[in-house]
Amino acid sequence: MIRAESLTKAYGRSVVVDDVSFEIGSGESVAFWGPNGAGKTTIVRCLLGLVHFEGQLLVDDRDVARRGKEVRRLIGHVPQELAFYEDLSVDETLTLSAELRTVDRARIASVLETVDLTAEVGKKVGALSGGMKQRLGLAAALLADPPILVLDEPTSNLDIAGREKIMTVLEGLRADDRTLILTSHHLEEVGSLADRALTMAEGRILAECAPAELADRLGISSRLHIVLSEEDRTDEAVALLRGMDLDARRNSRGVIVDVSAQNKGAAIGALLEKGIGVADFEVWR
Amino acid sequence: MSADMPVLHERPQVRLVWTIARKELRDSIRDRWFWLFAGGFALLAAGLAVFALSNSQVVGFGGFGRTAASLIALVQLVVPLMGLTLGARSIAGQREAGTLRFLLSHPVSRTEVFFGLLGGIGAALLAAIAAGFGVAGLVSAARGSAVDAADLLGIALSSWLLSLAMLAVGILISTLARRAGTALGTALFVWLVFTFVGDLGLMGASLATDLPVNVLFFSTLVNPVEAFRLLSMLQLEGTLDVLGPAGSYAIDTFGGIVAVPALLSLVVWTAVPLAVAWWVFARRSDV
Repeated sequence: MIRAESLTKAYGRSVVVDDVSFEIGSGESVAFWGPNGAGKTTIVRCLLGLVHFEGQLLVDDRDVARRGKEVRRLIGHVPQELAFYEDLSVDETLTLSAELRTVDRARIASVLETVDLTAEVGKKVGALSGGMKQRLGLAAALLADPPILVLDEPTSNLDIAGREKIMTVLEGLRADDRTLILTSHHLEEVGSLADRALTMAEGRILAECAPAELADRLGISSRLHIVLSEEDRTDEAVALLRGMDLDARRNSRGVIVDVSAQNKGAAIGALLEKGIGVADFEVWR
Repeated sequence: MSADMPVLHERPQVRLVWTIARKELRDSIRDRWFWLFAGGFALLAAGLAVFALSNSQVVGFGGFGRTAASLIALVQLVVPLMGLTLGARSIAGQREAGTLRFLLSHPVSRTEVFFGLLGGIGAALLAAIAAGFGVAGLVSAARGSAVDAADLLGIALSSWLLSLAMLAVGILISTLARRAGTALGTALFVWLVFTFVGDLGLMGASLATDLPVNVLFFSTLVNPVEAFRLLSMLQLEGTLDVLGPAGSYAIDTFGGIVAVPALLSLVVWTAVPLAVAWWVFARRSDV
């Protein structure tokens, strides 16, 4: 559905996307993972035909450089930096978006319901919280029921409640046949939403892997503090975890263990299987 | 392969231009800058109508003619400022706020966005000018002056043409500037040049170098504000006596079509900046 060949984008002498090639199939869910400045957002801008680029980018066999308007008809886009007309209401914003996408206004009620924003329909955009704006962006992106949904850092700048709400909506959307493209530097997001991850740094794609392997490939681990029900079994617990090739040690209230960020439950599961009770645990990083 | 811009390959749709123009018109009407200009213009126009009718010291005009002559002087100052600043804030302001990217991420071409913005602000300027002239006409009529509707309409239309020329220059500044503040500052400088410096410079040059009348006449037309004045005076009086020898030369040379070079000046001042602005806008990457 989407094919990039030698995609390169430079601003002056600064090359932000450097000879990148990838393919994304129809109905696939792919994440571009990388730190800020890796080139993820620029790839999204190229995909939408918002910037000039070198190389070839095809969406459903349409050349983005020559048929950008047609390509944008296939894509629903939720940008990282949401910039709406602040003095328009939610309804006016979606009406404008529907008119520009040639979509019946009747769709507005349906997408507002999907993103749980019906109660805010008359509110000015400037009065919405960050999470609500993110959901408004998603509503606008879903108006034309596009076959491709592009989410650029969908949970950045959101508080925990806002993040949970948008993730619930996005996980629901993943179940559709839609092609989903996601940029993120949050492992949990990639793990929940993507089938495949492309890791990026300094404008290049470094590796491709399953989201579950991402943390291990990048050497990213989480640190768990596990409080045991029976303190006198702490040494036994440490030995068991070390036997699993995990870095485990005692502390005053239990065990500290470094585990794969994508598989935090493995350590706790092993303890419980051996009959070592877990009273509590915390994720320290 | 180097990517061409979509704007060069996709036929614009009038429906989309109309949608963007309506949004822009609505935004302009909600904008406090617009109300400052439109309200100020209407208020000053009403004040001039009252003042001109009660003051017989304005030489060369009688009754409503005095009001119309005062309105022309007001338009020369206010309308270029309105067109230039609204144009300068349009693209640069939306680029800075990020809303331009919001628009362009829809299935619309840059040509549609460009002409939508132009149409919306052009309509807002028309509304402001119509309100100013309407108020002046109503005040004059209420004070018992015989209002010449054709003159009023003619001068209002010339004012709108001037506003479009200034809007075009403002939009060109807006497409070239990196920041909205820079665009606005540049627009104010250009306004000073058109309304004061250009006129004074020409006057000084003609005194210092004894410019031939034909050069003086065409140099006058290079300034769109002067072209408007010429067009309006012709509408009001049918002569160009106010321009002195250059006016006599123009009447002698062009006769009945003397308005054409002035009109052409305004058309060129609209078309050329717009063409360059569109070309730049279609190719800029940093939206």
